[in-house]
Amino acid sequence: MLPIQRSKGDAMNEHQDVALSVKNLKTFFYTNKRCNKAVNGVSFDIKKGKTLCIVGESGCGKSVTASTIMQLLPTLSRIEEGEITYHSEHGDIRIDQLERNGEKMRSIRGSEIAMIFQDPMTALNPVYTIGFQISESLKYHTDLSRSQYRTRAIELLRDMGISLPESRVDDYPHSYSGGMRQRAMIAMAMSCSPKILIADEPTTALDVTIQAQIFELMDKLKKEHGTAIMLITHDMGVVAELADEVAVMYMGNIVEAGTVDEVLRNPTHPYTRALLASIPVLGKGKNQNVEAIPGSTPDPYDRPKGCQFADRCAYRIAACDVMPDETQIGSTHRVMCWRHEEVGANAAE
Amino acid sequence: MQQNKDVILKLRDLKAHFPVKAGVFKRTVGHVKAVDGVDLDIYRGEVLGVVGESGCGKTTLGKAILRLVESSEGQVIYCSDDEQRDLTTLDNEGMVPYRKKLQIVFQDPHSSLNPAFTIFGSLEDPLKKYGVKSRAERRKIIGDLLEAVNMRPEYMDRYPHEFSGGQRQRIGIARALSIGPELIVCDEAVSALDVSIQAQVLQLLMKLKQEKNLTYVFITHDLSVTEYICDRIAVMYLGRVVELCDSEELYNHTLHPYTRALLSAVPVADLDKQTDRIVLEGDVPSPVNPPSGCPFHPRCQSAIERCKTDVPKLKRYEVDGRDHFASCHLVDLPEAV
Repeated sequence: MLPIQRSKGDAMNEHQDVALSVKNLKTFFYTNKRCNKAVNGVSFDIKKGKTLCIVGESGCGKSVTASTIMQLLPTLSRIEEGEITYHSEHGDIRIDQLERNGEKMRSIRGSEIAMIFQDPMTALNPVYTIGFQISESLKYHTDLSRSQYRTRAIELLRDMGISLPESRVDDYPHSYSGGMRQRAMIAMAMSCSPKILIADEPTTALDVTIQAQIFELMDKLKKEHGTAIMLITHDMGVVAELADEVAVMYMGNIVEAGTVDEVLRNPTHPYTRALLASIPVLGKGKNQNVEAIPGSTPDPYDRPKGCQFADRCAYRIAACDVMPDETQIGSTHRVMCWRHEEVGANAAE
Repeated sequence: MQQNKDVILKLRDLKAHFPVKAGVFKRTVGHVKAVDGVDLDIYRGEVLGVVGESGCGKTTLGKAILRLVESSEGQVIYCSDDEQRDLTTLDNEGMVPYRKKLQIVFQDPHSSLNPAFTIFGSLEDPLKKYGVKSRAERRKIIGDLLEAVNMRPEYMDRYPHEFSGGQRQRIGIARALSIGPELIVCDEAVSALDVSIQAQVLQLLMKLKQEKNLTYVFITHDLSVTEYICDRIAVMYLGRVVELCDSEELYNHTLHPYTRALLSAVPVADLDKQTDRIVLEGDVPSPVNPPSGCPFHPRCQSAIERCKTDVPKLKRYEVDGRDHFASCHLVDLPEAV
């Protein structure tokens, strides 16, 4: 893995490196006069040719972050604050200021930034053929002719490793297996060679052997096309294998972020540590020490005042009643915890 | 070694085939061979893991043991000190005493509890059936059960929607425990839960096993979890057991190429552990029309000519003095007698 080293004055270079940057993003949902602060101030960069993994449990806001970037949020929600800047070839575009279904957003969505969804069966339309669904995005974003759509769709399916693409292109989603559907989804997402690929738990519904195939494919795409990938997952194993950079989310905040090495080898947030300790690791046998995290995630409408993790945290002190600020502890490593120094020291032991 | 262990259930050539019907007259055109000849001994007090990809028949096997799915052939023999009884020959009435001994925890905690019943309502039925007549006594038992699964007894008057996934799964476990079973089939009991909750439920299951001397058949697709909690592991592929041995053995001396591929495909949260990943081509073949010979041969990287024609049998080998069953022509070990 390449260490990301940036000199401070090198702002120009920094922008060439970054495909999309999110700054202090807040997305709130409004239901029944209540407000769910689903994403409550997150900042991260997605770099070209790198994979950023966002990990967290269900309800932590990882999927909302993805749909905010794609402007696919439901109507009762809005971006409250913050910036999403897409560094396109023709200059920077502020995605958060675009109209949700405006012309500009529609031209970006699918062609420049594409998304793979969790469940390929619900994301594909059962009444259209796979070929038709792949050509749909080609129709909107390219000026190919009708016959070229088909050739391109076949080409894409072949790239994704689907056998007999010439006949498979006319099949309906139901005759594809789970793994093939997910490949077809990736083919759709890759059809216009996007600069950024957002994958929202792409393999959660798949078996491990198929998951390995999909990850190999995504890795190939990253290397060949230099696509920036944002991968949302709840599986620390996936993070260890695929990610270049990690952001750990808990209740709408990124509690710790950095390169894989920094976060997995030297976790400095109690939640990251607890998360790593709570999963059995293959090959460590029966006597490995698995520690459950006590309690459960708080109700999003009735959040604790300060640090969201405080109630479940072994390191809790009085100061935790106030939300800690983000601390930079390395050039790329940042954490949101009052006692990160002690936690980090304990981890190093 | 096998003789001195106490067997609770013996599966002998268990098959569960489902007819595929087609046409106007609904003629049977084939069978989905979900479980296709499984021989297994389940020992009292052990945790037997059953792993495999989706569609390999692991859930059907679990249900066939409890006769929630009728098996089409073979025997499920329940053994205790004074009797040996083939459960597949019993009618519904005859099954009643055995239902008390064999219970199940389902995969999805959201759909396995009736939303219209309170927790007490859901949990009291089995108690009524098995002779707890007074309501006060039932409330007491259910209160104790909820305490045993780390929940408050007051919760019994709440409805399922008031609980989180982890809590519901614990209620499911409490329901399975309510009539004092000897064996519990856990069908993907922790798969739907978040990682932090998963560890809580796993630890609860292990605690209950210690306290009540239970036997688990733990069905899952998650190999890391299996290794952590199981004593023995059976790997299934297309309705058959392809490898069966002690859980450490499975990781240290893998014999079957499918198990090897499966193990290598698991992403491991450990940066120092670089695995040489074996990526299998293609998908699991259809159980309606399984490949000839070894069912795994179209995806196997070391398949030889013989694999295409001969069906390998599950043979017993001895590795370090411990039993290790595998069904592969390529195993280079002498068969144990």
